Amino acid sequence: MTRDQTPSNAVELGAFLAGLPGVDEVGARGRAAALGTRSIKNDAKAWALDTAIGMVDLTTLEGMDTPGKVRAMCAKALRPDPTDPTTPSVAAVCVYGDLVDVARGAVGDAIHVAAVATAFPSGRASRQVKLMDTREAVAAGADEIDMVIDRGAFLAGDTWRVFEEIVAIKEACGSAHLKVILETGELRTLDNVRRASWLAMLAGADFIKTSTGKVTPAATPPVTLVMLEAVRDFERVTGRRIGVKAAGGIRTAKEAISYLVLVKETVGDAWLTPDLFRFGASTLLNDLLLQRQRMATGHYSGPDYVTID
Amino acid sequence: MTFDYAPAPESRASVEIASDYGLFIDGEFSPSASGSSFVTVNPATEESLSSVAEAGSADVDRAVAAARRAYDAVWGPMPGRERAKYLFRIARIIQERSRELAVLESLDNGKPIKESRDVDLPLVAAHFFYHAGWADKLEHAGYGPAPQPLGVAAQVIPWNFPLLMLAWKVAPALACGNTVVVKPAETTPLTALAFADICRQADLPPGVVNILTGAGETGRLLVEHPDVNKVAFTGSTEVGRSIMRTLAGTDKRLTLELGGKAANIVFDDAPIDEAIEGIVNGIFFNQGHVCCAGSRLLVQESVAEDVLERLKARLSTLRLGDPLDKNTDIGAINSAEQLARIDELAKSGQGEGAERWSAPCEIPERGWWFPPTVFTGVTQAHRIAREEIFGPVLSVLTFRTPDEAVQKANNTPYGLSAGIWTEKGSRILWMAQQLRAGVVWANTFNRFDPTSPFGGYKESGFGREGGLHGLGAYLKTEAAR
Repeated sequence: MTRDQTPSNAVELGAFLAGLPGVDEVGARGRAAALGTRSIKNDAKAWALDTAIGMVDLTTLEGMDTPGKVRAMCAKALRPDPTDPTTPSVAAVCVYGDLVDVARGAVGDAIHVAAVATAFPSGRASRQVKLMDTREAVAAGADEIDMVIDRGAFLAGDTWRVFEEIVAIKEACGSAHLKVILETGELRTLDNVRRASWLAMLAGADFIKTSTGKVTPAATPPVTLVMLEAVRDFERVTGRRIGVKAAGGIRTAKEAISYLVLVKETVGDAWLTPDLFRFGASTLLNDLLLQRQRMATGHYSGPDYVTID
Repeated sequence: MTFDYAPAPESRASVEIASDYGLFIDGEFSPSASGSSFVTVNPATEESLSSVAEAGSADVDRAVAAARRAYDAVWGPMPGRERAKYLFRIARIIQERSRELAVLESLDNGKPIKESRDVDLPLVAAHFFYHAGWADKLEHAGYGPAPQPLGVAAQVIPWNFPLLMLAWKVAPALACGNTVVVKPAETTPLTALAFADICRQADLPPGVVNILTGAGETGRLLVEHPDVNKVAFTGSTEVGRSIMRTLAGTDKRLTLELGGKAANIVFDDAPIDEAIEGIVNGIFFNQGHVCCAGSRLLVQESVAEDVLERLKARLSTLRLGDPLDKNTDIGAINSAEQLARIDELAKSGQGEGAERWSAPCEIPERGWWFPPTVFTGVTQAHRIAREEIFGPVLSVLTFRTPDEAVQKANNTPYGLSAGIWTEKGSRILWMAQQLRAGVVWANTFNRFDPTSPFGGYKESGFGREGGLHGLGAYLKTEAAR
């Protein structure tokens, strides 16, 4: 098969993934670090802050989540800064499947509701359970599904099993968008990140996502760089644009802006939209808001000038 | 709206440039005997930065005499552990003043601030720290039980890395107990003059470091001076040849670091995205004003089209402009003379039938600039495949087999560096054995470290700078004693 064809069996897929060019870890880290030194000021910074806010998937994924907590988060997602109505809404809220109906009820059709599914975060459950998890979330109103890949199967070399599972989940999603979480902190090498990215895109992912946020390291600039290179090359051969979501570990506006630089200089301006790039984050939003307030007022306020959930 | 980076200029406030500078001899600044001077300009704006004294014959005599006195009376007899203290002090002052020195380097040379800040200055400090560590351990360096310094070293510095090349030469010379007379390049004297100030700040004894500004004639007078024991030159092969002729029949020691026409060799199993970065870094770093630049891309024919497509896309993201802007990737060409030379060679490339492609970037109205340029369809017979361009111009050639890659890479009068891009470790080792180049990089390019010796084969010169090997250029070896 060539890069623009869908693999039809395990041998084809395995050969294809093994034939992808390697990633030189030192070089990739160097490139990501070099882009991290870009200095974004004034108008460019203001634009980047608003764009980053609009790309946030505001997330709560805790055992202690309650309907009250989810409703509070949804209110913040719609109006991140109650003191400034020009602040854009975030892209989506992201919750566990059983809280999707609460979230949908709170945000209506104003923003997306994403649900983590497929036995998030470990992915250790039977195919039936994962499919049921997905179908229930969609039925409850989720229009985006964040699934996890079976890292055990991937690391054991059974890439076909991972591929088939993504295809099956994609079908169960119906019209909902599918984000495929690679959990790069468990894949460990950048070669694996590149292979898993291609595997997910070939299997029908609408987005590829770095991490669950439950494993360290989560999103890092080198990992995101390699995933952006994969979506860039995938578009070159198929014409299809796949999104990238950097999730977990991004806490400051400065980091978020350097991710936007990474996007701009790797795949280009076309990806600087919430349709093609997202941040999965909980605490990042407040730092973006503080920086935005500073740009507007000329001085720093403080943590009590942004809302806590 | 799109994500257009707003200007992010580094402040010039940290830099104070005097309206004129004298020669630094015996710890003091003084005008040249003849009173003649020249102007150094900012190549990005053509603005005059300062007027600098031009050293003549009497000044060279005075500087060499000061260096000799300091060598005989102070620096030569000083124990290594005491010399080390001065070098450590200089290294720390360089770190403390690195912002100022980086801005000054970018102003005088035209290189982007991100390179002077992130590459040049950290390496300058590292060279002094590294050699400070050697000063009291020379008997363990493999040059015999009590290696002795040579005396007075005449050091002629190029304009492409003004302060870094000064550090490469001054740090080992001082660590080994020599005194120096340094001649910085005509177009980039300012950081050397700032270094003179650092020597005073470090209380370095007068005469240990002397700095004579001037052009080629000053350099010639210095290397010809009869009381010089050692000459170290970095620059063009042509000048290197004439220095060798001058020194023939004398007992002066000589090291030359000259031109290059390095091959950057990309195999079909290379880590392609990082190879693209390596190609860019190989030839567009410092506007290609790098003697070890990867100016010939040798790419395996089976992946040539893919590599070129990716390379051109990547080059289109390079930002050319104000060297002091923190987001600038490509700065100014150092002088009108160098720009004319690059232009002439690029035209010859077109004339000889190679296909020219230049990155689409806006060229500022004032100053000297050349867009990142790639020539495809280049053959070994083209001038742009043989002559050193010393500018942001890449010549692309293809090969079919590893043997052919080696043959083409070695088929040059130069031999300074080479790069190999492949994920196959055994091939890296085999290639490194075959390539006649002083430095061979594997899956990287233009990486420098004070612990690693640097120098050339063939017309790229002889002698090594840096590392254990570099010390040998400033010590009497047992046989010569």
